[in-house]
Amino acid sequence: MLKQTPSQTIGPFFAYGLTPEEYGKSGIWSGILVNDATKGERIRIHGQVIDGAGEPVTDALLEIWQADHDGRYHHPSANEKEVFQGFGRRSTDENGMYSFMTIKPGRVPATQQRKQAPHVNLIVFSRGILVHAYTRIYFSDELEANNSDPVLQSVDHKRRATLIANRDESRAVPRYNFNVHLQGRHETVFFDV
Amino acid sequence: MTDSEYSKRDWQCHPPYRHDPYKSTSLRGPRQPLVPIKHTLSEITGPIYGHGDIDPVDSDLTRNATRGGEALGERIIVTGRVLDDRGRPVSGTLIEVWQANAAGRYIHKVDQHDAPIDPNFFGAGRFLTDDDGRYRMITVKPGAYPWGNHPNAWRPSHIHFSILGPCIATRLVTQMYFPGDPLLPYDPIFNSTPDVKARQRLVANFSLDITEPGRALGYEFDIVLRGRDETPTEQ
Ligand SMILES: [Fe+3]
Repeated sequence: MLKQTPSQTIGPFFAYGLTPEEYGKSGIWSGILVNDATKGERIRIHGQVIDGAGEPVTDALLEIWQADHDGRYHHPSANEKEVFQGFGRRSTDENGMYSFMTIKPGRVPATQQRKQAPHVNLIVFSRGILVHAYTRIYFSDELEANNSDPVLQSVDHKRRATLIANRDESRAVPRYNFNVHLQGRHETVFFDV
Repeated sequence: MTDSEYSKRDWQCHPPYRHDPYKSTSLRGPRQPLVPIKHTLSEITGPIYGHGDIDPVDSDLTRNATRGGEALGERIIVTGRVLDDRGRPVSGTLIEVWQANAAGRYIHKVDQHDAPIDPNFFGAGRFLTDDDGRYRMITVKPGAYPWGNHPNAWRPSHIHFSILGPCIATRLVTQMYFPGDPLLPYDPIFNSTPDVKARQRLVANFSLDITEPGRALGYEFDIVLRGRDETPTEQ
């Protein structure tokens, strides 16, 4: 077996390489995962990244990976622009905020018999994080599915709420609020993926 | 699915979330133990990038600022293979890189370092690995730059690498360093990796075979991602 190449922090200066739109270069991924042809309910996932002192993290990079409306990941056949790619990338703004425009994913199989609750996989990078942190975004209006989700149920019930995005119906596009707490009393559950 | 899981993250190789000499980890590295997860489709799938709209010039950082002139600095070629931990090539995977210019200055809006910007150097590139897992880029050797971690802290010369790999479990962001750099022993980010041998895998090898006579020096930097335990039978 070969030994793995160690992870290193993304540092503070990744934006012109990874989210270069504001530097006049076209990016590969954005925070908008939908186009007119995309099937499914349009939603916005929105939130803030917060450090151990309660301060916003203004230089984080977030990547999401999710299934389509029918619970399928476009892998490895995603080579047409029309299909839902399922991958998005955004950096946080000067208030530590981020936002993705996407669809609510369907349920992905866990085993032959069981399905997982709808969820979005989230990867968090920033200066000061030496190995990117993985978490999952679940949805507050999927109570029943959440109660039988094997990953969610493997988490200490006291910390489970950190993985659930709250649905806000007050806007044209429903918004799910999901804050990432890197530390502190409400530290988000991160997984050893 | 269980018989085709990817190998576990090797925490002897990867740094911990808390590494006191690197100050920013104190408020940003998660403190609770990570929760183990049994791989599901969510972890063993990932985005595919193969639309073909990567321009060949995207791997030539000496020219991709497209201002017409060539970047200042010592031209180098960086090449290597992306392999999984079974030694199999990882082909068609996207690599994105970014770095400081030869003077140690990033084009990034918040870089405060008082070193000159080079109008002919943007400092970012992207490219795919070929069937053999190989990539090749041309750039200039980045300069060291000071940072605020501790008095007289300087980052050694480095190139930031982002590699997607075949799935979410293989995602990797790392940094490549240069052999013999006198700043390496003082750099808390480089030294955050617990295993000294693992640290050395972040240092490229100088190679005369890779040089282009009269034009550029050559460095070799291989990247090893987590591999799948077994080749799955189904597609
Ligand atoms: Fe850097």
